Amino acid sequence: MTKDNFKRPDGRKIEEIRKMKAKVGVVKNADGSAMFSFGDTIAIAAVYGPKKMHPAHLVNLEKGTLRYNYNMLSFSVTERIRPGPSRRSQEISKISQWALEPVVMIDKFPGTVIDVHVSIIQANASTRCAGINAAALALAHAGIPMKNLVSSVSIGKLDKQLVVDVSKDEEDWEEGEGATDIPITMTPEGKITHIQLDGKIETKQLKEAIKMAKKACKEIYEVQKKALKESLEVED
Amino acid sequence: METPHITAERIREYLQHGKRFDGRKDDEFREIEIETGISNKAEGSARVKIGNTEVIVGVKMDVAEPYPDSPNKGNLMVTAELLPLSSSRFESGPPSIESIELARIIDRMVRESKFINLEELCIKEGEKVWNIFIDIYSMNADGNLLDAAGIGAIVALKNSRIPKYDKKEEKVVHGEWTNDKIPTKKEIPLSITVHKIGEHFIVDPTQEEEDISETRVTVGSHEGVIYSMQKGDHVALSVEDFEKILDLLEKVWKILYSKISKDLK
Repeated sequence: MTKDNFKRPDGRKIEEIRKMKAKVGVVKNADGSAMFSFGDTIAIAAVYGPKKMHPAHLVNLEKGTLRYNYNMLSFSVTERIRPGPSRRSQEISKISQWALEPVVMIDKFPGTVIDVHVSIIQANASTRCAGINAAALALAHAGIPMKNLVSSVSIGKLDKQLVVDVSKDEEDWEEGEGATDIPITMTPEGKITHIQLDGKIETKQLKEAIKMAKKACKEIYEVQKKALKESLEVED
Repeated sequence: METPHITAERIREYLQHGKRFDGRKDDEFREIEIETGISNKAEGSARVKIGNTEVIVGVKMDVAEPYPDSPNKGNLMVTAELLPLSSSRFESGPPSIESIELARIIDRMVRESKFINLEELCIKEGEKVWNIFIDIYSMNADGNLLDAAGIGAIVALKNSRIPKYDKKEEKVVHGEWTNDKIPTKKEIPLSITVHKIGEHFIVDPTQEEEDISETRVTVGSHEGVIYSMQKGDHVALSVEDFEKILDLLEKVWKILYSKISKDLK
């Protein structure tokens, strides 16, 4: 399926994810925390809760609330961004919350809130995916009951070629049909908890992209599991 | 104030006997760890850990018009965010007064010490000058974010490279750097805070100690020359106490400076 002359800007294979790193327990104050990185993209997640919900009118007595806050540090990108929330960061927070909700058993904690805070300290695309991967780990580290982890990856279409784990250079791809970016989050069973798409792609190729995502998420899941296991060994 | 009464009482009792919970002396800092280049899109960056307290600081630059009252000088802007990620005490939302005060204290230390030679950051008088943004983020708050932020700001500035500038287009080439450093003085200013608890003066408080601090004085200085100062909190200080604080600061400055000078090369 690879065109002979196709080369990724950083020389990776089509389905090659950048070097991943994962570590739990990076924020001591938090009830659970984790770092996850895809190459130069580094996300840190911290979980606080379950705790009393403020303000009172947001209390859900049926089940708990998962609240996600995605934040990019001003200097994590080439051109400084203003500190604080933006329209983009608020939307990413919401879709990340939805990405996690299917596996987090928040119904165990009615009336409370679980806060997930994610900071991107260095960005080279796929930041929301790194954030979700770190957040899933941080929730598990906090001991929040979960059906499973979720794993997140971006599939790109550069001109006509699908690739796994999009970098900034690839996101800015201009040749041919340009770049299509498809961040996807999945459970280990292969259920989709989050998908977005920007660009241009035919149905048939999108189906192929999802297959690639499923395979990549399995790889990510292994890295996440390993990080959780390592944390237990240290704490023993 | 979230430290329980009983803990507060115990801290005071300990201080009476010249002791602190973690075995430090009154004028002793926790272990300091400094790492640079922690965010590679920034012009310069640093992570500073003091005990369990951690901040990260990044420097970014761009080119803008100078202020009318300083047509031949670069601009300096310092912001701080006390991230909810770093403590259950911090909430999302507009900047809190604590974060504003922290940023302004560090701003004044850098500005008043003339650590950055802002004249050298003028490209075309009255038209184009460099902006320097120092952005401070708390990553784990366990007392004394102020001093951690001050060290972080200086270290990040010291290892910042100036981005490339396209003179024809009069635009910054973001993501490409020259070999030029930000022009800084060799006299390094440090911002150090002394806290008063009862009759005792301590530096580098943990969160618990900071909670029961009655007042604090933060001083930006270099070898006994003071550039900036702020007294925080509502308890009054006698002149004798204030003088004690100044003497303590001078002593602590030397110790702190020798501890971190290798990171300031």
